[in-house]
Amino acid sequence: PPFPTPIPSRIHHFQTKHFSIGILPDGVNRSSDTFSQNSDAMGRLLSQLQSHVNKVLAGGGETAVKRNRSRGKLLPRERIDRLLDPGSSFIEFSQLAGHELYEEALPSGGIITGIGPVHGRLCMFVANDPTVKGGTYYPITIKKHLRAQEIAAQCKLPCIYLVDSGGAFLPKQAEVFPDKENFGRIFYNQATMSSQGIPQIALVLGSCTAGGAYIPAMADESVMVKGNGTIFLAGPPLVKASTGEEVSAEDLGGASVHCKTSGVSDYFAQDEMHGLALGRNIVKNLHLAGKQGMLNSSPSINLEFKEPLYDVRELRSIAPVDHKQQFDVRSVIARIVDGSEFDEFKKLYGTTLVTGFARIYGQPVGILGNNGVLFNEAALKGTHFIELCSQRNIPLIFLQNITGFMVGSRSEANGIAKSGAKLVMAVSCAKVPKVTIMIGGSFGAGNYAMCGRAFNPNFLFLWPNSRISVMGGAQAAGVLSQIEGANKKRQGLEWTSEDEEKFKAKVIEAYEREGNPYYSTARLWDDGIIDPADTRKIVGLCISASMNRPLEDTKYGVFRM
Amino acid sequence: STHLETTSQQQRIEKILVANRGEIACRIMRTAKRLGIRTVAVYSDADRDSLHVKSADEAVNIGPPPARLSYLNGSSIVEAAIRAGAQAVHPGYGFLSESSAFAQLVEDKGLTFIGPPASAIRDMGDKSASKRIMGAAGVPLVPGYHGSEQDIELMRLEADKIGYPILIKPTHGGGGKGMRIVQSPNDFVDSFLGAQREAAASFGINTILLEKYITQPRHIEVQIFGDKFGNVLHLYERDCSVQRRHQKIIEEAPAPCITDEFRTHLGQAAVSAAKAVGYHNAGTVEFIVDTATGHFYFMEMNTRLQVEHPVTEMIVGQDLVEWQIRVANGEPLPLSQVQVPLSGHAFEARIYAENVPKGFLPATGVLHHYHPVPPSSTVRVETGVEQGDVVSMHYDPMIAKLVVWGESRAAALVKLKDCLSKFQVAGVPTNINFLQKLANNKAFEEGDVETHFIEHHKDDLFVDPNNSVIYEEAYSAARFGAKLVAACLSDKEHSALKESHSGGSSLHPIWYTHPPFRVNHHAQSTMELEWENEYDSSSSKNLMLSITYHPDGNYFIQIGENSDHALAVKTSNLGNNNFRVEAGGVTMDVSLAVYTKDQIKHIHIWHGPHHHHFRQKLGLELSDEDETQHKTSFESASHPPGTVVAPMAGLVVKVLVEDGAKVEVGQPVLVLEAMKMEHVVKATSGGIVEGLKVGAGQQVSDGSVLFRVKVSHFEFSSQNGSFQFLVYNSCLQCCDLSGAYISCNSLEFIKLLHYLSVGFDNLISLLVKFS
Repeated sequence: PPFPTPIPSRIHHFQTKHFSIGILPDGVNRSSDTFSQNSDAMGRLLSQLQSHVNKVLAGGGETAVKRNRSRGKLLPRERIDRLLDPGSSFIEFSQLAGHELYEEALPSGGIITGIGPVHGRLCMFVANDPTVKGGTYYPITIKKHLRAQEIAAQCKLPCIYLVDSGGAFLPKQAEVFPDKENFGRIFYNQATMSSQGIPQIALVLGSCTAGGAYIPAMADESVMVKGNGTIFLAGPPLVKASTGEEVSAEDLGGASVHCKTSGVSDYFAQDEMHGLALGRNIVKNLHLAGKQGMLNSSPSINLEFKEPLYDVRELRSIAPVDHKQQFDVRSVIARIVDGSEFDEFKKLYGTTLVTGFARIYGQPVGILGNNGVLFNEAALKGTHFIELCSQRNIPLIFLQNITGFMVGSRSEANGIAKSGAKLVMAVSCAKVPKVTIMIGGSFGAGNYAMCGRAFNPNFLFLWPNSRISVMGGAQAAGVLSQIEGANKKRQGLEWTSEDEEKFKAKVIEAYEREGNPYYSTARLWDDGIIDPADTRKIVGLCISASMNRPLEDTKYGVFRM
Repeated sequence: STHLETTSQQQRIEKILVANRGEIACRIMRTAKRLGIRTVAVYSDADRDSLHVKSADEAVNIGPPPARLSYLNGSSIVEAAIRAGAQAVHPGYGFLSESSAFAQLVEDKGLTFIGPPASAIRDMGDKSASKRIMGAAGVPLVPGYHGSEQDIELMRLEADKIGYPILIKPTHGGGGKGMRIVQSPNDFVDSFLGAQREAAASFGINTILLEKYITQPRHIEVQIFGDKFGNVLHLYERDCSVQRRHQKIIEEAPAPCITDEFRTHLGQAAVSAAKAVGYHNAGTVEFIVDTATGHFYFMEMNTRLQVEHPVTEMIVGQDLVEWQIRVANGEPLPLSQVQVPLSGHAFEARIYAENVPKGFLPATGVLHHYHPVPPSSTVRVETGVEQGDVVSMHYDPMIAKLVVWGESRAAALVKLKDCLSKFQVAGVPTNINFLQKLANNKAFEEGDVETHFIEHHKDDLFVDPNNSVIYEEAYSAARFGAKLVAACLSDKEHSALKESHSGGSSLHPIWYTHPPFRVNHHAQSTMELEWENEYDSSSSKNLMLSITYHPDGNYFIQIGENSDHALAVKTSNLGNNNFRVEAGGVTMDVSLAVYTKDQIKHIHIWHGPHHHHFRQKLGLELSDEDETQHKTSFESASHPPGTVVAPMAGLVVKVLVEDGAKVEVGQPVLVLEAMKMEHVVKATSGGIVEGLKVGAGQQVSDGSVLFRVKVSHFEFSSQNGSFQFLVYNSCLQCCDLSGAYISCNSLEFIKLLHYLSVGFDNLISLLVKFS
């Protein structure tokens, strides 16, 4: 066996013999119309996703790519590939950031981020794409850079910055420079992560002007590539304008200057390949940096895991495109957990929320999945389950398909707000890794209770069929048209049913557009849109990445009883 | 009854010293071991760790690497035998095996020489004496006239008697000088007088001899064996016609396309020859066979066990080394002539470290990868080397003998081809590919062999670099090979990685699953391979491969940009660099060899009948180089034009011109000797020899600079300084005062001159442009 793990393998035998009661049924009727309709609809969504992704993979256009190559430079994803352990996996985040966000296209938001191993150590990569607007920082570029740093800080991952950027995008300086979560935050994060022992490594593969110059300067170690890499606070044109000094970029801030004279950089690379090799070497020598407090925590990972009993690709046919259509979240769980084994907690109570224990690639997880609107009992059950998991240090997976909490007088009288608050309290305070996948609708307070973006899940991904908004478009249209009608009446204006329909249609249209996963992912409300068939893999990789940190005790606030 | 006769006469052999090295030493020891006889190896300093030393029970160092100081030093070998307490010495082949003095010395010291009596070695060693003895014994000799009477009319009559075509040859001298082939009597007088004149001019003596000229000769030899009781028998013949540089490369037994009657005649003649010199032990009588007339003539007798003896062993089912030991022990021959079986057919292919396109020049180097075919009852691999051994310049560059047996010649040939394609050697160039071409040649398949076989079929056997059809075919096979390499290396790299990051507290293995995961796209990687075209080193090709990892586990491999169709390859790693691959719908086994030499990764692949060699730039894990010493790893040592480098490692025997001398194109400049072969190094162009610093007796390594031929030079001056132009062959070099060189071809040269006539101001920018 390739992975000698004596103790977990005993657990494994024990489990297979005695816990088979937890095996989930298939739960899918392959001959049903729903199955084939869902399958067709998802097929269309996936090919749409593929065509959007293919566009951004090509970078900033043929001319820019050609110019980049002529300088002996690789594209950012190729650079990352060469830094990664050969043949290893890589989770890229927010590929479609900036999608239809600005007038001009900004493929991947001009920056590539993601996690992968270097010499067996998981690292966060942040790579400028010089073929996209010269690698300059648009507001979304900064947001994506900061998000990567946030993940790195949360998971204690060494950061490798592949710098090739012209600095802030000046026409939008007001949106990139002054605010808290703007350009300056990059360096603030570098400083604070470094102070926590999280290595900060910069590879200067291209220009690194003005504010960008602080990325290598703030790094623990940095590499510069001869000829291509330059670091200066002001480029030759600005220097000439300010002081009259005429100097070439290489003489002003090239690798020789910074490796031999200024000491701004530490390693001199002959060419890009050499620079990337030096980058790998730096990681090789990190030893225990960023691993303080982790030495004695041995997670109970069972490396001899079983694949699910059912084909993970069938998730493409399970997820309904029509959100009114109900489906059993267990059929999703059955396709992402090891051996389709799921030990359900409180199965008979609060049945619209499914909770239970399972493993994903041998890693223990607690799963919360929606099977309908949240009632009082479901919220209490969810709270109880999160308390269990955080006490046992079991990561949480949220499978969101939620229209919200139950409304109505009976519900309010039962204190649904109180129960919901308990669940939100538990979700907020639990100090275990959390991964949220939006597999259907994500509406209203349901989004909060199921660990939406505001609740800092370590990772959050969308299926292409998902929708996110404060409420459904139809409901919103109903509410807004009632208010609008009342307003009109108060003002003594006419409000025909035709007007109402028109008004509603407009609201529904806006909700449809803004609730679309592309609208979300373009603005970085998530970490990316994924193929449902990749869910098991991505959750597995995310859990693995987020376990790379010391245990933390959970402390809750005051639960309203 | 045989045992009773022997024991009384002499002490039986219990320990043998093998006065040889390499495969033959190993082969002798193998039989000795089987017979319970202990073995003693001798070795030079270069052979301390070699296989023949490891195979022996004991080993004695006999001196430094040069053979004359070790393996040819008879007295120290005999001394070693006495010291080790051996009763007998086996000389193997080569070295001292045909030295009558050594045989005598061994016997004089009271040891047994496992071989013929010294007198027989002496008799057969003298070529003219042996012919006299053979003639007297009635063994057929090549018809000719060797008389001292040189009257032209008499000579013409003799020529008529011999029959045309006829060879006219001066009795003295050599090197083909004065030799004439005369096709008809009409041409005799002119040719005769011409030969006389030339002989007189060249050698000072104008005596001439006449011999029958055999247009299509075959080289057939008969294995004989004699005991000390005067019994001699033959073990049939071997055909060794296929030769290059007068050395055999493929031998077979029995000879193809001869009748049983002819076989019997040959055998009888050989036995008569051996009996005429009182022969015992193993010997070989060589005949030249005139394929036009079917006559055969005695050439010479080799008084030793020959390199190609295994093919005879395979068809008669006997161990000749065992026979040698038994005869040396004084036993009679174990079989009588009628009892000697003849079964099936056997081939032997000699696998050499050599450079086939460079005229079979011996090669040296490390055997980074050495996987011979596995032996069986019908496949023998006689070898004296192991993986990691060095093929040095001191000894014969033979790596192994591949011996196969089949029920018939055709069956044996099928086996030979198969074994050749699976015989894996990497690190030194070999003749395996050439042997494959030979084995696949139509005429060879039909047994239509003769001594000029390679010469006559050279168009089929050697790749013409200008033949675009053949080139395209080879290139396309190499591209396929490169794709398989890319898949197998990715697989290998991946498993190695998975291995190194498994267990303990290390990273979760899902990061290293196959295929590697990417979000919404397929992982890709690139690999740059340089195809080393074995038959035309100038046409090495760079191949940029892109590898896409598909979720179904297939690698999709493309060369270059979009034009090439992607090959889907699925691999399963069988370990030890062996893979089972499914490529384009066909499943097959492939083997890889990977090693690093001079900062370059070498990758060999064996797939189907093909063997390809690729080189790879060392990418990511560059060695730690600082700015000053950094070189891109692919840069090879290039010399200015006109430079002549040593074609092989060897010893400078003679330096024929002085440094600074004027030479003509093709004029010999010095003579190198390596591995029993002299190689004349010639001037590549007319001009002045420069930098010739080596002297006779000096060792030079492969590729080292010997000298340069400076063709002509002229100078220009301008306000920018002086420039010297040197022309080497058709290349121009321009040297400015800083000593920087640029080179350009003749067309660029003309352009340059054109610029020069316009004005010198442009020269600097031109220099920059060309550098």
